[in-house]
Amino acid sequence: MNKLFKIFTVNSLLTPLVSIVLGLIVGAIIMLIGGYDPILAYSSLFSTVFGNLYDFGETIREITPLIMTGLAVAFAFRAGLFNIGAEGQYIVGMTAATAVGIKLTGLPIVLHAIVAIIAGGLAGGIWAGITGYLKAKRGVNEVIISIMLNWTGLYLSNYIVRNFLLLKGQQRSEDIQDTASISIGWLSDMFSDARMHWGTVIAILAAVFFYVFMWKSKQGYELRAVGHNGDAAKYAGMNVKSNIVKAMFISGIFAGLGGAFQVLGVFHYQAIFTGSPGVGFDGIAVALIGMNHPFGILLSAALFGTLTYGSAGMSFGADVPPEIIRIVIGAIIFFIAAQGIVRWVLKPFYLKRKKEKVL
Amino acid sequence: MDAATPVVELKQITKRFPGIVANDSISLKLHKGEIHALLGENGAGKSTLMNIVFGLYQPDEGSIEVNGKPVIIDSPNQAIELGIGMVHQHFKLVQPFTVTENIVLGMEPKIAGVHLNYRASVAKIKALSDQYGLRVNPNAKIHDISVGMQQRVEILKTLYRGADILIFDEPTAVLTPQEIGELMGIMKRLVAEGKSIILITHKLKEIMQISDTVTIIRRGKVIDTLKTSLTNPNELAEKMVGRSVSFKVDKQPSVPKQTVLNVKNLVSKNKEGIPVLNGLDLQVRAGEILGIAGVDGNGQSELIEALTGLSKVDSGLIEINGKDITNKAPRFISESGVSHIPEDRHKHGLVLDFSMSENMVLETYYKAPYNKGGFLNKSAIDDQAKRLIEQFDVRTPSIETKARALSGGNQQKAIIAREIDKDPDLLIAAQPTRGLDVGAIEFVQKQLVAQRDKGKAVLLISFELDEIINVSDRIAVIYEGQIVGEVRPEDTNDQELGLMMAGSKVAGGKA
Repeated sequence: MNKLFKIFTVNSLLTPLVSIVLGLIVGAIIMLIGGYDPILAYSSLFSTVFGNLYDFGETIREITPLIMTGLAVAFAFRAGLFNIGAEGQYIVGMTAATAVGIKLTGLPIVLHAIVAIIAGGLAGGIWAGITGYLKAKRGVNEVIISIMLNWTGLYLSNYIVRNFLLLKGQQRSEDIQDTASISIGWLSDMFSDARMHWGTVIAILAAVFFYVFMWKSKQGYELRAVGHNGDAAKYAGMNVKSNIVKAMFISGIFAGLGGAFQVLGVFHYQAIFTGSPGVGFDGIAVALIGMNHPFGILLSAALFGTLTYGSAGMSFGADVPPEIIRIVIGAIIFFIAAQGIVRWVLKPFYLKRKKEKVL
Repeated sequence: MDAATPVVELKQITKRFPGIVANDSISLKLHKGEIHALLGENGAGKSTLMNIVFGLYQPDEGSIEVNGKPVIIDSPNQAIELGIGMVHQHFKLVQPFTVTENIVLGMEPKIAGVHLNYRASVAKIKALSDQYGLRVNPNAKIHDISVGMQQRVEILKTLYRGADILIFDEPTAVLTPQEIGELMGIMKRLVAEGKSIILITHKLKEIMQISDTVTIIRRGKVIDTLKTSLTNPNELAEKMVGRSVSFKVDKQPSVPKQTVLNVKNLVSKNKEGIPVLNGLDLQVRAGEILGIAGVDGNGQSELIEALTGLSKVDSGLIEINGKDITNKAPRFISESGVSHIPEDRHKHGLVLDFSMSENMVLETYYKAPYNKGGFLNKSAIDDQAKRLIEQFDVRTPSIETKARALSGGNQQKAIIAREIDKDPDLLIAAQPTRGLDVGAIEFVQKQLVAQRDKGKAVLLISFELDEIINVSDRIAVIYEGQIVGEVRPEDTNDQELGLMMAGSKVAGGKA
């Protein structure tokens, strides 16, 4: 209990919380400039999300993949790597799960879903592993490779869907078999047909896994040592190169699983993308707001998902364009990155507290 | 201004950090034209005090007067405005920029508000450089000039900003003996021109050579302020450490046994194909300390990297107890019985953002009892850390404290504890006392001798000749990647070693 408390100590939570408040204020100011009513906008945003069970369930659906891509980015970051490629890993994870979900026949109900999930995770892991391998063996910058692999992944997936999995006459794949679905029917019924699925549960478990692996396991210790100081890791006899590949591989598994959940639990098919879906890129923001900590990411993905899903309601209720929410998110990230501003905002409070202590 | 008014006076400065009083009502007066040395062990509170003077910290209690007027220094800019400049231990220079660009950075003279008036700055810097005998070429790029020259650029930076009071933070830590001599000359010139200097150091030799007054700080308190001419190194060391310190290493004659490390004809080429190790031969036997003397850059770093597996050699043989470890991985070598106190403790020795307990198992985390089925056994790791920290007197608030927060001496103690505890056959100690104070140096050197007495082979690589002569049982001189001679410490002196290190073979040297 003590440890759990330590993770959420005031100081590590304070910066993101203040940043969120400041971000919402910036959004409000922009709405005022644009002639909208920010109070109405925000209240309709939150009433959308919390107003009825269906929308609340759908918000959870929106949050789930963000947790996974957020974890992916943060995991690599803890090992000193910047994984910009969560987007591509997410997409290939989708496609692998779709392919297994459609093509593999004769498996019983739970097993088929598990195989499809594993396929999605592995595909994401291998996709990221390419980046890790090139970085470790050839010294190529991981940011550049993973960005390029985003596009490669997108078009590869479209190619596979179009040529092997297409539903005739449609811009999407066939439906996956029912045996591969991870939707939870009774829960969806409870949430007025919102698309609830097991992926959400696995996402929370993934965050716990992240924490235990990174801070409790021998392998996690190596990854963190490599991330903090590669020279010292090498001196201590760790294999820096293989650790880079491992870190990217595991990071990609998170993103790939996120993609798999989306297919197996939400859509049950994969569409041909005209552009990048953006979930992987949002993962970068989620990881940043969550301070690259798995439990922070659960919270920041919840925030991110709430704002994104609620923004639709905002445009209904207050006629505010939903893009405003992207400005809010951008502002939050800005304030987190520019921690000096947050500290400056907090300074008067700190001084007050200090004086009280003296008295 | 009255000549007796100090240019800087600190009155009863107190600064507390969580769990520690870094400065405990410290008072200090700096007079015009004076070099005032601030002497203290690592972690005594010297740097905290100077950071207060330079506006990086605010004192909790006490006041500062500059030229007799009370001031509040709440930022480095404020300090600079008051004529206080600081020459940091770690230079703050932009490598690809020229000297001039670095000096004017942040206060660039502009023509019509936009265009950088580079030529005017060059002229001004040239003039300053000539006035104080700094001999800096204003147009040279930082990455092309020597460390000593870079330091002079830092000095120029403060002068350019109009500093009359210069704070030098451990200025000689990174310099060669020749450069130290030059720096002393420059400091004398600066005070002759009316500047005042505060010199932070723990090197007694320098204090005796150059300072007028010395203030000794121990554990955050002023112990004494003395006229340098009226004191001596022994008195200073005693006041600094709080007990009497011997400069001579106590040790019995060595009883060398079997050969532990055998290096034959080692060749290693750099990227340009020039051999940095050029057929090097070396033996270290159990129960002896072999000191490697040499001028920096003659292959010492490459030798250490080859011995520890951090880089590969082109040809040659390295054996530990008869086992070939040439071009093997660091872990293989470490498990073969080699421990290594690295040259650069921040780069190789520690993961600064890890806790002390995590750092204490950096090389053994994968073994039982620290690794239990793939998971870290936190209680075993913590026990180990507690044991080492206590045994080697590493001063840290707790085992959860990050290595970064410790003073250099305590970081080094932690590394030495970890390396010795591995119970190696060969202990490689590279610059083990660099940047440490007298007390810590004594501790480190004692540990090396203790390892020798336990029958370990010790390889000591150091640029400090005093250390080589005092600690080693045998001295090998390295020059351009070869061992060019071998002497016994009792048969040699600084001059002879100096000549050998410069490449002239000495007839008396036996191989």
